[in-house]
Amino acid sequence: MLALGPALSMSPYASLSAQGRILAQGYSPKYFTKNEWVFLNASCARLIPRDENGPGAAELGVPEFIDREMEGAFGYAANWYMQGPFASGLPEMGYQSPLTPREVYRAGIAAVDSHCLRHFGNRSFSELPAATQDSILKDLENGALDFETVSSKSFFDFLLQNTKEGYLADPIHGGNKHMESWRMIGFPGARADYLDWVDKPGARYPLGPVGIAGSRG
Amino acid sequence: MVDFKTAPVDAVLVGFGWTGAIMGMELTQAGLSVVALERGENRDTSPDFAYPRIADELTYGVRHKLFQNLARETVTIRHSIKDRALPYRQLGSFMPGTGVGGGGVHWNGQHWRVLPEELRLRSHITERYGKGFIPSGMNLQDFGVSYEELEPFFDQFERVCGTSGKAGNINGTLLEGGNPFEGKRSQEFPLPPLTDVYGARLFAKAAKELGYHPFSEPASNASRPYTNPYGAQLGPCNFCGFCERFGCYMYAKASPQTTLLPTLLQKQDFELRTQSQVLRINLDSSGKRATGVTYLDAQGRTIFQPAELVVLCAFQLNNTRLLLLSGIGKPYDPETGSGVVGRNYTYQMTGGVQVFFDKDQPMNPFIGSGAGGQVIDDLNGDHFDHAPHGFIGGAYVGVIQTGGRPIQQMLLPKGTPQWGSKWKQAIKDHYLYSLNIQTHGTVMAHRENYLDLDPIYRDVYGQPLLRMTFDWKENDIKMTQFVTGKAKQIAEAMGGKSIDVNMKQFGEHYDTRAYQTTHNVGGAIMGEDPSRSVVNRFLQTWDAPNVFVMGSSVFPQNIGYNPMGLAGALAYWSAKAIRTAYLKSPGPLVQA
Repeated sequence: MLALGPALSMSPYASLSAQGRILAQGYSPKYFTKNEWVFLNASCARLIPRDENGPGAAELGVPEFIDREMEGAFGYAANWYMQGPFASGLPEMGYQSPLTPREVYRAGIAAVDSHCLRHFGNRSFSELPAATQDSILKDLENGALDFETVSSKSFFDFLLQNTKEGYLADPIHGGNKHMESWRMIGFPGARADYLDWVDKPGARYPLGPVGIAGSRG
Repeated sequence: MVDFKTAPVDAVLVGFGWTGAIMGMELTQAGLSVVALERGENRDTSPDFAYPRIADELTYGVRHKLFQNLARETVTIRHSIKDRALPYRQLGSFMPGTGVGGGGVHWNGQHWRVLPEELRLRSHITERYGKGFIPSGMNLQDFGVSYEELEPFFDQFERVCGTSGKAGNINGTLLEGGNPFEGKRSQEFPLPPLTDVYGARLFAKAAKELGYHPFSEPASNASRPYTNPYGAQLGPCNFCGFCERFGCYMYAKASPQTTLLPTLLQKQDFELRTQSQVLRINLDSSGKRATGVTYLDAQGRTIFQPAELVVLCAFQLNNTRLLLLSGIGKPYDPETGSGVVGRNYTYQMTGGVQVFFDKDQPMNPFIGSGAGGQVIDDLNGDHFDHAPHGFIGGAYVGVIQTGGRPIQQMLLPKGTPQWGSKWKQAIKDHYLYSLNIQTHGTVMAHRENYLDLDPIYRDVYGQPLLRMTFDWKENDIKMTQFVTGKAKQIAEAMGGKSIDVNMKQFGEHYDTRAYQTTHNVGGAIMGEDPSRSVVNRFLQTWDAPNVFVMGSSVFPQNIGYNPMGLAGALAYWSAKAIRTAYLKSPGPLVQA
């Protein structure tokens, strides 16, 4: 459903009106390859779709957010204990793989696309209808797909976690453009000063969000 | 082995969070020269917690900027001695601090004392219910210090912090609006309670109608401008909603930085060395006296710091580990029940009830403080007859609205899809209109739950990691099911349109992934019997009388409250014993 496209417009709202067919505006991925980038945009668009409630993860720059995360401490698992020996255990024991998030995305995207090419008429994930994409994502979520190189569940967990993070985090991190998700749910962002409103029980807060970099919604 | 030796000092502090700052102040006041060794970096309100950069959920809340870096050191965890322990690779269930101020930077400021009966729990339970009421395997113990002895030190710590609250019992007189179950206070809180958010008001009303006794949770988030006994000034909390996991940009949350360090760091006899990783406590040839500590500095040089007095002020897990690495005290053996170091590791039991409201009742979840809210203590401690219920312990229950951080604090009804348009619709429908009633309670010590050194995994410096063996026991599941069941009744009376109950079930294992609390306690417990404790009632180790251990490491089992108020009071209590008795005659303060 998504096609690679150039940054079409200076106005983000003009780009939003183009049926969500646009990849993150004017951003060139630093980590993801062209094919990975297409997958990321397509999967983000299904995990948090554009719909009657507003733009989805793809339009709000979540792929850019995830790409930036891959290049930072998170992508390299820089703050996790990553010494061996590695052994699997109960899920309650937490993440136990030697793979960093960068490596999980690389292996996971390749595995999903290869699964799609094999089972869906030589089409990659991004070329499949939305309903088929959703059903593949559900299989990943349930660990129903068995990949050689990576746990499909781990890959999905990172993808979903990071998609929500990018969608709901401050725009300085690359996603949540124009604080659209915050406006939808009613979070005032970085206002961080409510002494005037704490004593108004049940009264709706009147102001829109602000971002750390000074943006106002 | 050692690259060089530094000038001897009277006292060396290992770790520089709350208890390090308290000890630093008390010991320099006593005329000692003191060096504090802190593994992390220096930090202060400006620039490290300054607005607007601090109002960043992803960086501080999700990516844990201010917390321990597990790439350097972590623990391993297993559920039982039959299991293989695996490393705690990502921060999840608990989040130890690091750096100057330690967890005191990013705590909530939930500033409780302790219930008098909890300090003598074994005696109390035996007296009221008989010895047979204590289940087999439960290592219930008394602390060895009484509430009356600690009262002046609870008060002292609250004055330092500018704690906001309403007393329920001043010298035996019960006061309307406070906690009727609390131990006697000698005076009112330094500051009045914080203003309640809407959800807390709804909780208090419903709880009161059901016959409970709601009150404002004691909060070291200043409700008014405040000047503490050292002249440090706190500003009023503005309910910014970025408190837990964040440093306070408003100078409103009590932390070492806002209360003690402005004075302490000016003292001639005090020196702080950051990025200094203590590897072990050195002992003399007798093995009964510490000569100082060995640490790595920021450049990786191994340095011996001689000291007459060694005070462990690190996080609970690290204090216990340092004792094990240094060979102070006999390690606990779960097979025989002998040994003491690592014994009685406990945690806390949390549960909750989520309440979802209609759209005419916005809860404004983003209006939050670290500790402001309404709670009840009726179901905590021994405030109800436990005989029919067959468990020991309890929990406090309440609505503490700590913020509406959308990534981590989004409440959605059970059964909501995790993604797709239905998820998106759900966050739109529920973000503003939901709240959580928390149950926060005890975990009793059990002979199978303990800490030792891991035989396989090592830290980045080559030393063995601490290994945690822990799982929920029947007593604690019974407790949370009882208390959370009562919380559900309160939730039902609050007028929401639906509720969801979250509580541990029988047979459920400890899950290291989702955040629960960083109220890890025990491992170097205090007591009156050297065969069942690591430190005596003054927090002095039985085995090396010039080594003292601070913090929640010394709790024999966990209390229902957040532990910092008790840990702070115990630090002042221990400091007074050092100042008035130990320094005059260095040696054991209690004869074994």
